[in-house]
Amino acid sequence: MGYAAHGIITMLLLDSLSKRYGALVVTDSFSFEVAQGEFVGILGPNGAGKTTLFNLIAGTVKPDTGTITFQSRDITREGAAARCRSGISRSFQIPHPFVGMTVFENVLVGATFGRKAEGSVDYAMQALELSGLSKKANQLAGSLPLLGRKRLELARALATEPRLLLLDEIAGGLTESECHELLDVLRQVHASGVTIVWIEHVVRALLSVAQRLVVVNFGKKIADGAPDKVMDSSEVKSVYLGEDALV
Amino acid sequence: MGWINIVIQGMLVGGLYALFATGLSLIFGVMRLVNIAHGDLIIGAAYLAYTVIQLTGLHPLASLVVVVPAAAAFGYGLQLGILNRTLDKDILPPLLVTFGLSVIIQNALLEIYSADSRKLNAGSLEIGSFSLVPGIDIGYFPLLTFLSAIAVVWALQVLLFHSPAGRAFRAVSDDPEVSQLMGCDNRRVYAWAMALSMAVVAMAGVFLAVRANFDPFMGPSRLIFGFEAVIIGGLGNLWGTLAGGIILGVAQAVGAQIDPGWQVLAGHLVFLVILAVRPQGLFPRGVT
Repeated sequence: MGYAAHGIITMLLLDSLSKRYGALVVTDSFSFEVAQGEFVGILGPNGAGKTTLFNLIAGTVKPDTGTITFQSRDITREGAAARCRSGISRSFQIPHPFVGMTVFENVLVGATFGRKAEGSVDYAMQALELSGLSKKANQLAGSLPLLGRKRLELARALATEPRLLLLDEIAGGLTESECHELLDVLRQVHASGVTIVWIEHVVRALLSVAQRLVVVNFGKKIADGAPDKVMDSSEVKSVYLGEDALV
Repeated sequence: MGWINIVIQGMLVGGLYALFATGLSLIFGVMRLVNIAHGDLIIGAAYLAYTVIQLTGLHPLASLVVVVPAAAAFGYGLQLGILNRTLDKDILPPLLVTFGLSVIIQNALLEIYSADSRKLNAGSLEIGSFSLVPGIDIGYFPLLTFLSAIAVVWALQVLLFHSPAGRAFRAVSDDPEVSQLMGCDNRRVYAWAMALSMAVVAMAGVFLAVRANFDPFMGPSRLIFGFEAVIIGGLGNLWGTLAGGIILGVAQAVGAQIDPGWQVLAGHLVFLVILAVRPQGLFPRGVT
């Protein structure tokens, strides 16, 4: 890619990253670069290794080989908490709220420990507001329905004041109008200067915001580029979308 | 009046058992660690207080100013240096390591202090009492122990539910993978939890050592009392742990009244009955 040569600042750089579980290679010498301010979409069939990719970037899984550079700093050996504080934040495909805490407390944890602690209460309130959860702030997180939990995933990820936001299938299961609301929020977050990488199966939603599309299969990157070009490439059509699955 | 007195005296002793149990309950709640060395750490703290008093001539209660921070610092280091390495999905390693620690502490204490039993002397506080009503005398020291147990549980509850550190404890307890993605350094959170646990252990050790003789091998039976209080009260609930300690104390006092040999047995029997009838304890959950 060589963004640096064009005066674009590299936010995240994965260099030949590999991860295997026994004989199963889930990430296969994966190289990937994200520029500051980009909005990148990631597509790929189930089991392609997308979520593992996020685990590697967020630091909950360590790679077997390869390096991860974030804002020009090698973070390959850094723990997840330190990466969070330096600005990497991720949401989970299956929401994992702290069920015994209120919605507000859930978000407050990230706002207190995931960023500088000053003003954490205000920052947590903002994240709730942005995610449309401020009315449910004092409910127990365990009592939220699925949509609420998805919103809480987003609110918690935002509460850590990310510079790089990794979203794992947060549009799945939403209705059309809920999805539009979500896209509005994401556009707003992106406009505020946050770099976003979004794994999503809801292709139409992804294409409406992503500036670049990456397609992953069997832990390898099989396409990377402008969304329309990627969607048109025959390899992507055959490997991922099949013959008649175009949305 | 006789039975009421027995129940009240049992409750006061139960305060001490609650102090034994609170630290155990806290670290189990935060990191699912069952600390087999907990009782030996209580006795270790008693010996530390003994040494501090020998060197400085402080009153046992004043020695807490030294013993509590020292124990907390030790707990912090113990967790960071050793126990964190044992924490994983498998529950066996922490059990084995803390069991080993228990043996090491007992033998170290034996080596340093010999097998002679010791006691801390709290002077007039120890024997003073006041009469609540005719027939019921309340000792100042047992009352102080009891009130300390309530204060400790109350303070920990406030910390857990109304402070950033407490939210970190609860977040890490709830989902350690997600909590680190929220910026919580789990290893340090565990270390702080152990430091708090050891601070309570230090108090329990000093109160125990003023109340009765102690020797290097008393730890395991204190651990059993602590465990029973935690299980009776319900795992992960500190107020429940306090209640569990009191129930155990009352059961022992009533048992001793029936037959002096039944004191400890009666406590175990009540524990067994509660475990059989209500295995989740009387007041389960709370710190989740």
